[in-house]
Amino acid sequence: MKIPILRLGRVLLTSIQVDLSDADAMQFQGDLVTKISEIEAMGVAIDITSLEVVDSYMARVINDTATMARLLGAEVVVCGIQPYVAMTLVEMGRGLIGADCVFDLEQGLARLNERIRLRGDARLDDGE
Amino acid sequence: MNGSGATGPFAEQSLWVRAEADVAAAMRLVRQLAKSAGFNTTETSYLATVATELAANLWIHADGGVVHVRIDAALPGIEIATSDSGPGIADVTLALQDGYSTAGGLGCGLPGVQRLMDGLEIDSRAGNGTRIRTWKVNRRAVR
Repeated sequence: MKIPILRLGRVLLTSIQVDLSDADAMQFQGDLVTKISEIEAMGVAIDITSLEVVDSYMARVINDTATMARLLGAEVVVCGIQPYVAMTLVEMGRGLIGADCVFDLEQGLARLNERIRLRGDARLDDGE
Repeated sequence: MNGSGATGPFAEQSLWVRAEADVAAAMRLVRQLAKSAGFNTTETSYLATVATELAANLWIHADGGVVHVRIDAALPGIEIATSDSGPGIADVTLALQDGYSTAGGLGCGLPGVQRLMDGLEIDSRAGNGTRIRTWKVNRRAVR
């Protein structure tokens, strides 16, 4: 199960729609970090609207992926956590999703663009 | 302990977790039984997540095992039990602590299960497999 990673300018869009196996998760994280560094992506939106169940393992995969993207210098938002998933995550333990969360992809893109603007495109000035 | 009322032929089901895909099957089975037992959407989501956690534990830690789901008319509610003949849990108290993980997880699997459910019993010794029983009461069905 390969997760498509779509490019929209300097932003990458991904949507996790099924539970990922260990191998899938590794593949996805590898693909994403490669793509981020390749295009020097400034933002990544991870959409999980279709995930009806997020267990501690999937929460870790999402967290780790967000952290990896941040380490490379990209802003990250997680989009579309279902209300019942949110309730379950909070009930299970605190702070399972460390990344910024927004309602949907549209808000996610708006948030990313806002943050990219705030940081003043330093990399664009330096590198290009 | 046994359900006193007849609850139909689908009120009790078992499923082997042998492969990674069986984890999702266990989740769907529990979700379906939870809905039919009258749990609301939030509780059904809790139960589906618990099923995923426990089934994933079977797969990750024990190389497979059995998930047993039962609608308990006497509780009333649902009981999820798992058993495996894996390495067992060396320290059950530790396994129930937040942030403790032997497999690189978040360390909130079992403690999370404990918080999502109304009861959790773990019978395990190192080298002797693990039997877990956990249950949730359907409060709207309590009379």
